[in-house]
Amino acid sequence: MPSELIEAPAELRELSYAEAVREALAQAMEADSRVFLFGEDVGVYGGAFGVSGDLVHRFGAERVIDTPISELGIAGAAVGAAITGMRPVVEIQFSDFVTLAMEQLVNQAAKIRFMFGGKASVPMVVRLPGGSGTGAAAQHSQSLEAWFAHVPGLKVLQPSTPHDAKGMLLAAIDDPNPVMIFEHKLLYKTKGHVPAEPYRVPIGKAAIRREGTDITIVGSSIMALKAQAAAARLADEGVSAEVIDLRSIRPIDFTTIAESVRKTHRLMVVYEGVKTMGIGAEISAMIAESEVFDFLDAPIVRLGGVDAPIPYNPVLEKAAVPQEDDIFAAALNLLRRGEA
Amino acid sequence: MNDIKTGAAQIARPNQRPELAALDDATLRTALTRMHLIRKFEEAAEASYMRGLIHGTMHLSIGQEASAVGTTLPLQAQDYILSTHRGHGHCIARGAEPKLMFAEFFGKETGYCKGRGGSMHIADVEGGNLGANGIVGGGLPIAVGVGMSIKAQKNGRVCMVFFGDGASNEGAFHEALNMASIWKLPVVFVCENNKYGMSMDIARAMAVANVADRASAYAMPGHCLDGNDLAGVAAVAREAVARARQGGGPSLIECKTYRWRGHSKSDRNLYRSKEEIEEWRAQDPIRRLEDELKAHDRFDAAALMKLEEDAQREIDAAVEFARTCPDPDPKDLTRDVYAI
Repeated sequence: MPSELIEAPAELRELSYAEAVREALAQAMEADSRVFLFGEDVGVYGGAFGVSGDLVHRFGAERVIDTPISELGIAGAAVGAAITGMRPVVEIQFSDFVTLAMEQLVNQAAKIRFMFGGKASVPMVVRLPGGSGTGAAAQHSQSLEAWFAHVPGLKVLQPSTPHDAKGMLLAAIDDPNPVMIFEHKLLYKTKGHVPAEPYRVPIGKAAIRREGTDITIVGSSIMALKAQAAAARLADEGVSAEVIDLRSIRPIDFTTIAESVRKTHRLMVVYEGVKTMGIGAEISAMIAESEVFDFLDAPIVRLGGVDAPIPYNPVLEKAAVPQEDDIFAAALNLLRRGEA
Repeated sequence: MNDIKTGAAQIARPNQRPELAALDDATLRTALTRMHLIRKFEEAAEASYMRGLIHGTMHLSIGQEASAVGTTLPLQAQDYILSTHRGHGHCIARGAEPKLMFAEFFGKETGYCKGRGGSMHIADVEGGNLGANGIVGGGLPIAVGVGMSIKAQKNGRVCMVFFGDGASNEGAFHEALNMASIWKLPVVFVCENNKYGMSMDIARAMAVANVADRASAYAMPGHCLDGNDLAGVAAVAREAVARARQGGGPSLIECKTYRWRGHSKSDRNLYRSKEEIEEWRAQDPIRRLEDELKAHDRFDAAALMKLEEDAQREIDAAVEFARTCPDPDPKDLTRDVYAI
């Protein structure tokens, strides 16, 4: 049988999240000789989570570069390469290890353009596998995206689907600013439709994953998926939940959130990072400060990670971050409060 | 930038030490002019501060001029430097215009960084100066990335990165020198050892006697120099720059020198004696060079005096230019946070 007959039609082409990221890297490197990838074990090993895979064999060791275990050096090297005409993409093996690279990301990458009066730009991308759920305990499971969203000069993305993982990485590589992409480790094996050709998903634009009228649930990365699953169950209970996938934490698409709350009158923000001083606080405050506040029929609910390090024990680990059941229960509770 | 002439010049000047004989008159004139400009720039900066014309703080390098000028003499126009918080000297040595530096110092829109950076962040990206840096050791990992760019672009440039004795105790030093060495990057690491990290004597802060001793850990040449000897510094820098440009990899140069002024404006000199300061003032790098040139009849006193007077005139005009320039408009405050 000719091979084309057993291939899936183009519109049904599915890739895993990890494959989608790899495809974006490959297409960017094919299109632009300035793009190169470096980080710990991204070469022959293929990346700790298999994201870079065979790229070293396709593009060579000069463009897919294994580095020493030197996160500060890696981040700084990306800054230096970016300000002198390259388009570096670096992988921080676990997002927790970015703590070792903070100086270069926060003091240098984020500020160089501003400090130099706009006379330099820092077009670099940092990919960071993060999040809990793998039994890796407190130093390999954190969700630190809010830290970086607090830094003017950085952009912070959290794609939830293979489609967005590819399109947002390509957009990030095009972007003339430093962009941090937090990839949830549990998403790498999830599959979804990914067009074969290169495309861009615009940075700073949220996606409405499910339309609804009773409650707005905002989340990003894996929490956007959990929120969608919870929303499907809520529908069985007669609750119409609108699910907004933020996709980008900074810049944040406040307009889409505000328009949704204007319609549903109830807001819940779900995020894996610890609840205190997190993304939920920022979104809640933005609503509270805006004219949309008057549309609320109930207090805003933040459903964030427990204020504790991520534990090793699997029961505790699950209890430390919002799960689908928690979102479902919290949504029903919020609806009851609205009725009171 | 002038390349240093050698060979025939040495034969023509048999009584001079080879380091001095290697420098032709035009190069020496350039070097002296730059050293005078640095000293007078900083004296004028200090005076402006005392008179309340500028705010903030500054880190003066008076006494260290031979290090900044000698190391950069062998650089070519396309080469890069990365500087430190004590960076006025590197900037001028690299050919920056004092009037644009003063405008930056005065926080004016016409300054190198449009008044956004000030003393600690003067950069002249087009001129190959990738910026002073407010973080001790901040430039070191960036130099690695600049070296990666040069290598990937095969453009034959060299990156010279300055740092102090204090920075050599930062982890960034270790990561950067190691990465530059394993990849044989065209980087010259220049440590300006002025004996103190703020108040901490390097003898109390470092387990070995010389920063250059650490080069052996990175399998690169380490040169420990009298940093107040312009000709000696230039000779070693020439060798290190040539090695980098020819693909031989990085070198570490340590210039032992001394800052006559305190660490910054808050310094009350509680950690060092007047006698020590006087001993080093007797090693004034500018007077030492002038005396040697007069002794060998390379320049007469009148010619040397003229170089100094010309530098003073340029600095006086630069201050006047800066004072009359406009302040930035607050409506442009966030203009350069992101590149568009």
